[in-house]
Amino acid sequence: MKIEVLKPGAQTQAQDLGRYGHQGLGVPVSGVMDEWSHRLANLLAGNSGDEATLEIVLTGPSLRFEAATRIAICGADLSARLDGRRLRPDRAVDVPAGGVLEFGACEAGLRAYLAVRGGFAITPLMGSRSTYVRGGFGGFAGRALRKGDVLLASDASGRPASRGPGVRPVLPSSVPREPRGQAVPLRVMPGEHWALFTPAARDSLLQAEFRIAAQSDRMGYRLEGPALERSAPGELVSEAMSFGTIQVPNDGQPIVLMAERHGTGGYPKIAHVISVDLPRLAQLGPQQTLRFEAVTLETAQALYLQREQLLATLRDALL
Amino acid sequence: MSSNWRIEAVGDRCLLVGLGTEVDPATSARVHALVRRLREQPIAGVRDVVPAFTTVALHYRPECFGPSPFASLREQLLERLSTPLEAEAESGRVVEVPVCYGAADNDYGPDLAEVAQRCGLAPEAVVARHLASAHRVHMLGFAPGFPFIGGLDPALSMPRRAQPRTRIPPGSVAIAREQTCIYPLETPGGWNLIGRTPLRLFDPAAEPPCRLAPGDAIRFVSISQADYLALLAEQHAGKAAA
Repeated sequence: MKIEVLKPGAQTQAQDLGRYGHQGLGVPVSGVMDEWSHRLANLLAGNSGDEATLEIVLTGPSLRFEAATRIAICGADLSARLDGRRLRPDRAVDVPAGGVLEFGACEAGLRAYLAVRGGFAITPLMGSRSTYVRGGFGGFAGRALRKGDVLLASDASGRPASRGPGVRPVLPSSVPREPRGQAVPLRVMPGEHWALFTPAARDSLLQAEFRIAAQSDRMGYRLEGPALERSAPGELVSEAMSFGTIQVPNDGQPIVLMAERHGTGGYPKIAHVISVDLPRLAQLGPQQTLRFEAVTLETAQALYLQREQLLATLRDALL
Repeated sequence: MSSNWRIEAVGDRCLLVGLGTEVDPATSARVHALVRRLREQPIAGVRDVVPAFTTVALHYRPECFGPSPFASLREQLLERLSTPLEAEAESGRVVEVPVCYGAADNDYGPDLAEVAQRCGLAPEAVVARHLASAHRVHMLGFAPGFPFIGGLDPALSMPRRAQPRTRIPPGSVAIAREQTCIYPLETPGGWNLIGRTPLRLFDPAAEPPCRLAPGDAIRFVSISQADYLALLAEQHAGKAAA
């Protein structure tokens, strides 16, 4: 089934949970910025596996669906409309043949995820359908969507979607509820180099507010705040980093590593944003402020397992 | 034995094993030995094993390890570390990399003259020492297929350029500190460019996508500009035929 790109949107890319297994070759994981919304969208569209979704940032695309199908849009509220009818985020939507999906103003959050029943027909490369734009490979032609592109969805049935569940489950959203201007709290666990920083720097990390700088992207979020200083200078040997790692270059301004990070790096790691809070961070953009709260590794993993349990429950309810 | 490594959490879904603190051949050999052991005795739930100069990172799915994921993975890892890593030999693979070094009649090594001057050597002597060094791939990183190759003759050791270049042509062979690297794709970079290889080091559609692997010994071979251009054309033709 064809999906025609009438308008591409600002930076619309096919992404899945990432290209793990090749960081040892220098290939970044890439993948979605907001794993929660991506997984929710897939479940609501009826997909049990990790199908690629379209990651839509701020300015959405216009898409025409050749045949009837079911879609779901989760995460940011970018004023989606189907044939002129306003759609709420985090719901499954039945699309008629010829239906046109459009987006408007950003009402909340930053990134929306569009899943289609059966997933997009994209050949996996190195085990993933994720787009890596800097490398020019993966996803749809190794790049963001352009006007006139035709995407293929694996759903060729053309049948109208079955009726969804009669009762809509209340689904936790990744979009922070704090009003604009209020710092969004994110939980962190201490990093390997926590002790290399001065007591003042460690206090600052957990007490100060940080603002997301304009030069923030899928690779990393640069933060502006008090400079985080080390007790003693010195070069570190490059080693592994992860999604959410907070590294501190010599200017003391922390960078949170996001989906398209390099697999290794040599700056000290003061802390890590815990996995369950990364979707909230992915929904924040430049100029928004955040603050950090410390938790232990044990707490971070307990929260992670709770989230997996919740997703398993949703899967049972929806599929 | 337990003092031979350290185990740390890199966030809530990555575990790091440190096997030394210095970038040296012995540590590198242990890193590659652990990677091979984890390939032979994989741990279910680990989705990426990433070697670096002194460390091996295990990216894992916490949901595959019961109620205490980090502790459980750590335990499985310790079982695999219970016999010495030193007992295992290096991969033994030797990869030849043809290089057209910089010269008056090509622009492949724009920094060769400056490198020679700073080392107090003739450019030919820099090339000779580069060819004679015992090179081995420490790790891949920075960009897809980008190798950090150790073993450079200490006489050629020098810092990175003060002003990094914004665009480095693919195939550029460059040195900094006691390492050599090869830029597989056009990227910015600050290493000192001394030559260029026609080898395509990274092809996302190939299996494996990288021509070099950590642990490989590298033998650089000096080629003429004519050979460089011929090999480059051959690779393009092979790509077109594929």
